[in-house]
Amino acid sequence: MNLPSNEVRRQTSSGGILNKIGHVFLAVVIPLVSFFILYLGFLFLRDSKASREIIVLVAIIWGVGGVGLLYWVFNWLVEKLPDPWKGRLLPFVFVGPAVAILSWYLAVPTLRTFYISLFDRNGPPADLNFIQQLLSGSFVGPANYIAVFTEDLMLQAFRNNLMWIVFGSTFSVIFGLLIAVLADRSSFEKLAKSLIFLPMAISFVGASIIWNFIYEYRPAGETQIGLLNSIITSMGGAPQAWPQWVAVAPWNNLFLIVIVVWLQAGFAMVLFSAALKGIPEEMLEAGRIDGANEFQIFFRIMLPSIQGTLISVWTTIVIFTLKIFDVVWVMTGGQFGTHVIATQFYRQTFTNRNSGFGSAIAIILLVAVIPVMFYNLKQFREQEAF
Amino acid sequence: MRGQKQRKQFGKFLVNLTLLFIIIIWTVPTLGIFVSSFRNRTKIDTTGWWAVLPHREWQAVSELDPKSLGLDPDGIMEIEGISGTFDEFRAGVETPDGKRLTWLGNKRLGRIEVQEQVWAVDWDFSLDNYRQVLGGQDFEFKRPDGTVEVVPGDNMINAFLNSLAVAIPSTVIPILIAAFAAYAFAWMKFPGRRTLFIMVVALLVVPLQIALVPILRDYKALNLNGTFLAIWLAHTGFGLALATYLLYNYISQLPRDILESAFIDGASHFTVFTQLVMPLSLPALASFAIFQFLWVWNDYLVALIFLGGNPEFELVTQRMAAIVGARGQDWHLLTAGAFVSMLLPLIVFFSLQRFFVRGLLAGSVKG
Amino acid sequence: MKKVLWQVLALMLVASMVLAACGTPAATEEAPVATEEAPAATEEAAAATEEAPAMAEVDFAYPAGGALEEALKGTYAGTTVTVDGAFEGNDPDGVKLAESVKAFEEATGITVNYIGNKEFEATISVRVDAGDAPDIVDFPQPGKAAQFVASGNIVPVSEYLSDEWLTQQYNQSWRDMVTFDGSEMGVFHRFNGKSLVWYPKKAWDAAGYPIPQTWEELIALNDQIVADGDTPWCIGIESGAATGWAATDWTEEMMLRTTSLENYDAWVAGDLAFDSPEVKKAVESWSAMWFNDAYVYGGRSSIVTTFFGDSPTPMFDAESPKCWMHKQGNFITGFFPEGTVAGEDYGFFYFPPVDPAYGKPFLVAGDSMYMFNDRPEVRALMEYFTVPQSASGWLQGGGALAAHQTATPDMYGVELEKGIAELVANATSFRFDASDLMPGEVGAGSFWEHISSYVAGSEDLDTAMQAIDASWPQ
Repeated sequence: MNLPSNEVRRQTSSGGILNKIGHVFLAVVIPLVSFFILYLGFLFLRDSKASREIIVLVAIIWGVGGVGLLYWVFNWLVEKLPDPWKGRLLPFVFVGPAVAILSWYLAVPTLRTFYISLFDRNGPPADLNFIQQLLSGSFVGPANYIAVFTEDLMLQAFRNNLMWIVFGSTFSVIFGLLIAVLADRSSFEKLAKSLIFLPMAISFVGASIIWNFIYEYRPAGETQIGLLNSIITSMGGAPQAWPQWVAVAPWNNLFLIVIVVWLQAGFAMVLFSAALKGIPEEMLEAGRIDGANEFQIFFRIMLPSIQGTLISVWTTIVIFTLKIFDVVWVMTGGQFGTHVIATQFYRQTFTNRNSGFGSAIAIILLVAVIPVMFYNLKQFREQEAF
Repeated sequence: MRGQKQRKQFGKFLVNLTLLFIIIIWTVPTLGIFVSSFRNRTKIDTTGWWAVLPHREWQAVSELDPKSLGLDPDGIMEIEGISGTFDEFRAGVETPDGKRLTWLGNKRLGRIEVQEQVWAVDWDFSLDNYRQVLGGQDFEFKRPDGTVEVVPGDNMINAFLNSLAVAIPSTVIPILIAAFAAYAFAWMKFPGRRTLFIMVVALLVVPLQIALVPILRDYKALNLNGTFLAIWLAHTGFGLALATYLLYNYISQLPRDILESAFIDGASHFTVFTQLVMPLSLPALASFAIFQFLWVWNDYLVALIFLGGNPEFELVTQRMAAIVGARGQDWHLLTAGAFVSMLLPLIVFFSLQRFFVRGLLAGSVKG
Repeated sequence: MKKVLWQVLALMLVASMVLAACGTPAATEEAPVATEEAPAATEEAAAATEEAPAMAEVDFAYPAGGALEEALKGTYAGTTVTVDGAFEGNDPDGVKLAESVKAFEEATGITVNYIGNKEFEATISVRVDAGDAPDIVDFPQPGKAAQFVASGNIVPVSEYLSDEWLTQQYNQSWRDMVTFDGSEMGVFHRFNGKSLVWYPKKAWDAAGYPIPQTWEELIALNDQIVADGDTPWCIGIESGAATGWAATDWTEEMMLRTTSLENYDAWVAGDLAFDSPEVKKAVESWSAMWFNDAYVYGGRSSIVTTFFGDSPTPMFDAESPKCWMHKQGNFITGFFPEGTVAGEDYGFFYFPPVDPAYGKPFLVAGDSMYMFNDRPEVRALMEYFTVPQSASGWLQGGGALAAHQTATPDMYGVELEKGIAELVANATSFRFDASDLMPGEVGAGSFWEHISSYVAGSEDLDTAMQAIDASWPQ
């Protein structure tokens, strides 16, 4: 470890007034200079007509270097302050930019969305001020929320999302974990992980094409070009259009859920793999020496070690599943009883231009995540931080 | 000792077998697309992709004309000693000597084919789909005076470079910001820690479509619209929640003792972060980098909103949307398109794989 | 470590100086251009006092005294007009649009920037709400434009186009279809003919089937084909989120053939309910054919699950046609197998009328242009869209017909579209696709959904019709 800057400062602070002025000067100039550099970079990236390659290069330097510089400068500034202030302000130096960006991009729009959800399809009238808007005829209060819980298609969407979470999230996590563990012990780990990860790289549009090939339906007696129907007909069954099979609704949702499990297991696998690598080999060896078989090692040693990852992967996947949109939209458009919350949101907001109702749906989505948030909070380490 | 080794080998064999089985099932769908990307549209429409595997099918040997044989389709017909109705012959009637008589066409206009079963394999492959995806499609215009003008398509290189230009900074910028925040949530005490953390988790579920209108408005005010910077910042904003969450999870699980010993040695938070936590978090950073790159590479809507407007800034996703044709008539080109567009994310995945290495923590527990 | 950080800082400083150096040329470049423009302006002023500035030679007409006339003098050269639409700039329609506006760009020096994409519905909504509306928007359905008319984002046509010019360019029906609440808001650009039945010409002629001219002949032909052992129709209505639009087309065709034009217009406006005898009769007249498994290839159950683009493929089966007729708009030729030739392998005939009292109506659907931002160069482009040359990309590349009545057959380079244009001209009346005119919730939402459920058998006719009525926005 190098000597921290504190030591050096203590040695030189006895220099006198000139020194102090010099320090204050530096404390002002350095942040100003770095801000200026960053601002120049910002202007360059925004306005320059230079070639794309140069812009990208500058962006990378500015993004990594500039951000790093900002942090370093602020940290340096705060370090100079007396101790109680230092302790109070430093975390905000670390957390500040992330919170600021998240607020601007996500948190404030969410508040705005909540506000809009209290109005009718045309939203708050733009030319009135805040109080006038609340008093105007467009304000409908909780009417949109009542509609969310009573409209047929919304209820169908809730039911479907529940199915998605129960089947989709669970199996994504199970498969991801299973494959991560197996790959870790196998002889062709890299190949296995790449092949399982491959679907994620394909993008939703490509995945829909792929599964269209599997579910493709041709009338009975015709050559089937869909894999599933081909197998079924060769065994003597009748071909079906699987995701569109209304007769077995809501179970035709399963055919869509399979697609997302196929996609998302790779995500879970990558994260579990990283976590598993973090388990020191000595722990596993110790278990084996003690005579435990592989199953016991898995359940008694590995799972508890990656418990944090397990929770975070499960959380992330549940939240993603609540937001599922592209696969459903491209495969069935929400028809045949496959509507989910996100497709309803799209329908109401963009197709029907009913901003009030669409916003209410988004807020309900947020509320639906509260149990997950609580669970995470319980796991939030309350142990002594530094 | 020998027994244990054998058991270990058997265990490994079992693991390999199970994994292989899972992988095959997982990859079959992709294999189907891969094979189809080398077939032309008519073939894809009429036969399954497994026709490339050896299979038995009926092929015509000779033909008979029902009219010249004086056959009446509305009644029982006798052909070469076999009798049957029109519908039966239509479905195909097998003869004792292994051939099949099939009526092709309807009653008015038809012929009878004598078929026999042969082993066949359909290896009519072409690179046409790839050529059209990579090189663009040509369009024909027939002028009223009879001349034909061909407008050649342009290649995908520009789209590739644009997508790279969007994806790389959008991956690199959020990582740093998220890492700092994750460290603070994990190992620093400050008021509002829990509240802010709840906010981060809650924002994971917010559909980004609700942010599009306010952000676009802000961008217009800042004169940012349509620049690369706009989309980098947008992707940073949308990706920070997941990044912070994932990195927090990893960083908070680092052994406390390591950090404790560093603080005892007099290190500041900053030095601990840059010198200790960041190197140890490489697997998590690499994981997130993969996902963010993937997500940005395959993103369509956000790019359209913030970058759209300049045809020079066309992205790979836009190109893919265009090659299906105005109504989706060329969807067979997406078979090739999916693989072309998947190439780069896979390369990123492979190159970041080496950070998934066991033992990063091994030495440090002691020291 | 400290040393490294100082080095980084120094690097940053150097970088900033470099950037500043690169940054300023952009600023200094502006200055010479500004000074250049001044002499140009004085030149123009001098020229104006001497003689009228030279105007570009063009082969399209333009309204006198309008912005286009001004633009042809080069007044707005260097400006840009953005056009939004539902297709990508690189796909067939995008290329045809680029081809169509080439003459305009060359003559006026105005750049037309097409920014449309496949996520049109979402992006146009976001852009308009955020104050970043494109200059001109090509709506594939007037019903979608209605939403923006209601929020006041579109500039009425009367502000920049004269009534006499529009009367000259368009048949009144086209103008009616872009009139919302009494004000004309857009101009029609190009359209598809929908009352067409496609058939495999070679096999058809060899089998000796007659082209049906009346509904009775059509039914007789159906039965004859069935007696010959085949199924007459190929029908598929699957289309992802838009599944069911083909069924709405059949409904509209039957409405035009079994009831009066007044009823049709009332139905579009929402005054005639779906749950009324007229509409139900129209639906039942096609469902009698669709639900008869002997008439449809694959039977009724395959209709909702067969992609509309795949459904005509059995007509071109290598052995012999598996079905003999397919009713669809003229864009379907893009889905026919590669190598098939119009007039040889396939042909089309007019979907026969039912009741002679209602004549020979023709169903059309197409794209109309609307102006969102009022600027002179935008007006110039809108005026250009009112002349048939602005659809030349489609007239020469195929896929659509010009909506302008001043379009002459010799503007068409493609025989197929020329033949359809003649059919349209010979129709006794034509009407626009109703679902495209109805409000988005219905026309691009509940109408599609419930008609699909009806075809799939999960809803009966009354339930479906009542559900559609219930979704009509108040």
